[in-house]
Amino acid sequence: MRLLYFAWVRETIGVGEEEVQPPEAVGTVADLIDWLGGRSNRHQQAFADPARLRAAVDQKFVTLDTELGEAKEVALFPPVTGG
Amino acid sequence: MIRVSVDTAPIDVGVELTGIEECGAGGIASFIGVVRGDDGVTCLELEHYPGMTEAVLCDLAEQATTRWALMSAVIVHRVGRMEPGERIVLVATAAAHRGAALEACAFLIDRLKTDAPFWKREHRGDRTDWVDARGADATAAARWTDQVAVVPD
Repeated sequence: MRLLYFAWVRETIGVGEEEVQPPEAVGTVADLIDWLGGRSNRHQQAFADPARLRAAVDQKFVTLDTELGEAKEVALFPPVTGG
Repeated sequence: MIRVSVDTAPIDVGVELTGIEECGAGGIASFIGVVRGDDGVTCLELEHYPGMTEAVLCDLAEQATTRWALMSAVIVHRVGRMEPGERIVLVATAAAHRGAALEACAFLIDRLKTDAPFWKREHRGDRTDWVDARGADATAAARWTDQVAVVPD
């Protein structure tokens, strides 16, 4: 699974993307965030408060309770601020 | 005609509006967002999600075109670094009459703010701050959700 990070999530973790293979117990986006938090201190810091995060699965916005299913690309980022 | 562009180059309003005029519309509406220099901001940086951004903007332009029977819709969004006074975004819509063009233009900028994956970072000298999302933007975008177009044919 390809992960993409944007804005302060990217800065906190220190990379904009990475490949991961989550265990089967990771069913939803929220599970993924929880699991990623254990990867490093930087991940833990970025994912400490899921309420500050938004997500897209295969380039579609989703809520954090969404099942990952066969997702190929998951992006995690703060609420958007364009325009 | 739909035109969507996400680019680091400055936005040329003259070129964009001349382009949209060529569709033969009776009314063209436009919105231009500009970097504000208030609060000591010296530079604004825009990051986005390449691929998804363009897809979202095309989808919004298609929704607007269907809902208001537009002859043309243009969304040009700048990314990268820009200074106060520079243009961030241009939305332009063309229709047979002004009502549809004005409403569709408002719809596009309201929904762009909540639906398109852009992130702003403000620079104040050496200090940088990621901009927080505003509740007012969500409210502005929500007003289009349950409303049907009120523009006469």
